[in-house]
Amino acid sequence: MKSSRASATHSGAVLAWQIAVGALAIAAWQTLVTLGVLDAFFVSRPSDIARRLSTWVASGTLWGHLATTLEESLLGLTVGAALGISLGFGFARSPMVARVFDPYIKMLNAVPRVVLAPLFLLWFGLGIWSKVALAVTLVFFVMFFNTYQGVRDADKVLIDNVRMLGASERQLVRHVLVPSALTWIFSSLQTSLGFAMVGAVVGEYLGATRGLGYVIAQAEGTFDTTGVFAGMTVLGVVVVIVSAGVSRLERWLLRWKA
Amino acid sequence: MTALELESVSRQFVTPDGGSYRALDNVSLAIPAGAFVAIVGPSGCGKSTLLNIAAGLVAPSSGSVRVDGNALSGLNRRATYMFQQDALLPWKNVRENVALGLILAGVAAADANARASEWLARVGLSAFAAHYPSQLSGGMRKRVTMAQNWILDRGMLLMDEPFSALDVHTRQRMETELLTLWESADDRGPERAALRGDTNIVARPFQGRDRAHRKTVIFVTHDLEEAIALADEVVVLSAGPASHVVARHAVALERPRDLFELRTSPAFIDLYRLLWAVLRDEVIKSQRDA
Repeated sequence: MKSSRASATHSGAVLAWQIAVGALAIAAWQTLVTLGVLDAFFVSRPSDIARRLSTWVASGTLWGHLATTLEESLLGLTVGAALGISLGFGFARSPMVARVFDPYIKMLNAVPRVVLAPLFLLWFGLGIWSKVALAVTLVFFVMFFNTYQGVRDADKVLIDNVRMLGASERQLVRHVLVPSALTWIFSSLQTSLGFAMVGAVVGEYLGATRGLGYVIAQAEGTFDTTGVFAGMTVLGVVVVIVSAGVSRLERWLLRWKA
Repeated sequence: MTALELESVSRQFVTPDGGSYRALDNVSLAIPAGAFVAIVGPSGCGKSTLLNIAAGLVAPSSGSVRVDGNALSGLNRRATYMFQQDALLPWKNVRENVALGLILAGVAAADANARASEWLARVGLSAFAAHYPSQLSGGMRKRVTMAQNWILDRGMLLMDEPFSALDVHTRQRMETELLTLWESADDRGPERAALRGDTNIVARPFQGRDRAHRKTVIFVTHDLEEAIALADEVVVLSAGPASHVVARHAVALERPRDLFELRTSPAFIDLYRLLWAVLRDEVIKSQRDA
C-alpha cells in the first residue's frame, strides 16, 4: 500500500516534469521564431500549428484522415500478428522447416519496406489495402521472431513438470508453450503497434487519397510547413494515447509477473 | 513389493565436443514400495540422471527399469516429480497450479478446484489461492509444489534436491512438512479406499502404520544430514564420471521424527559418521577432478 502510494506521488512528479519539458521546448521554439533566429517558412511556429489544428478539428477534416490511418494500422496489426504468430509457432515446433526457411526469412526481413510500397500500390491500389500490406510486412517479423523465441525459450523444467503431471502434447502446447510465447508477444505489442502505424503512414505518404500520411504529403507539396508539423503533432499525440492504452492492457495480461 | 527396480543401468551423454560422458555406470537398485530412500553423492555424480531415468524423462543407454514390476517405457505415470528449480506455471495462480494435474487428467474444473482448495488448506495456503507464484516466498512455492504433486495421489514421488534453494530454517520446516504429509498417508489410506468404493478396508479397524499406503519417495540430495534425517535408507553414489552405488545403509531411527531434535541424537550422529566416511572419499575425488 505504502509503496504504491509512494510510486503514485513519484509518477505525479514525473508527469509534472514531462509537461514542463514539453512546454519549455514549445516556448523556446516560439521565441526563437519570433526573435527571427529561426525562419517560420522552414520550421513554422507553435501558435500557427495550434491554429491549424483547431481549424482541422472545427471543420472535422481531421477525423476522417485519422480514422483511415487507425483503421489501416489496426488491420495491419491484426493480420501481421495472425500470420507472425501462427508461422512462428509452426517453425518453432518443426526445426527442419525452420532451418530450411531461415535464410529466406532473413532475406525478406532485410528488404527496406519503403521499396515495397510502390509494388503494393501496384498490386492493391490506392485504397487502404496497400497500406495494410505495408504495415503487415513490418508487424509480421516482430511477431514472428517473438513467437519463435517464446516457444523455443519455454522453460525446460516447466515442460518436464507438466509432462510428469500427465500432460499430452496438445495440453503441453496449451498450458505451457502458448502462454510462454504470449509473454513475448505481449511484450512486443508496443513495438508492433508503432510499426503498424509507421507502415500505414508511410504507405499513405507515398500514394493515397486519405489518411494522416496523405495530409502530410499534401502539405509538403505546397511548402506548407505548418501543415506538416500539425500532421506530425497529431501522429505523436495518437501514438502516446494508444501506447498508454497498450501499456495498461499489457500490465493486465501479464499481471502474474512480479 | 518392489516399486522401482533398476538393473545394470548405464547412461552416456554426448558432450558438446562430440565425445561421450558416462554419467551412470551399471547401477542396480531395488526400492521397496512405501519406502523413503535418499540418494546422496557429490555434485555432478549423476544423481539427477538417475532420477530422470526413474521418471522416464531420460532413457537408459543400457540396462532396464521396472516400475511396480512392469518395464518402463516413456514417462513414469506412477510417479510425480519435484524439481530442484521452481516448476510452477508462473501464469497460473496457486489454486490453478495445484489443480493442474487433475485438469490434465480430465477432471471437471469445479471438482478439481474444490480438491485443490482442500490441498491448499492442508499445506496452510488457503489465503493465497488467488496469488501468483511470483508473489509467494520460496517456502510457500515449495508447499504449493508439494500440493501440486500430492493431489494426484500417485504411488511414487521423485524429489531432486527440492529444498536446496531455501534458507536453512525454512528448509527444516519444509522437511518436517514433507514427513508429516508422507506419514499421514497411513491415516488417509482407508479414506481413499472409501472414495474408491472399497468398503472392506474401512470396516477393518486400526489400519496402523501400514507401509503399503505410503508413497515411495526417492529423494536426491547432496546433503547427508538431510538424507539421514528423512529417509529409511541412504544410498551413496560415487563421484562421476561413471557413478555407481558405493554404499547402502538402512536408517533405523524411529518415526515420527522430530527433525529439530534428531540431528543431535547419538543414533543420528553415529549414522552420520558411518556414512560420511564413505561419502567423504567420493567428495574428495570429485573435487580433485574438478
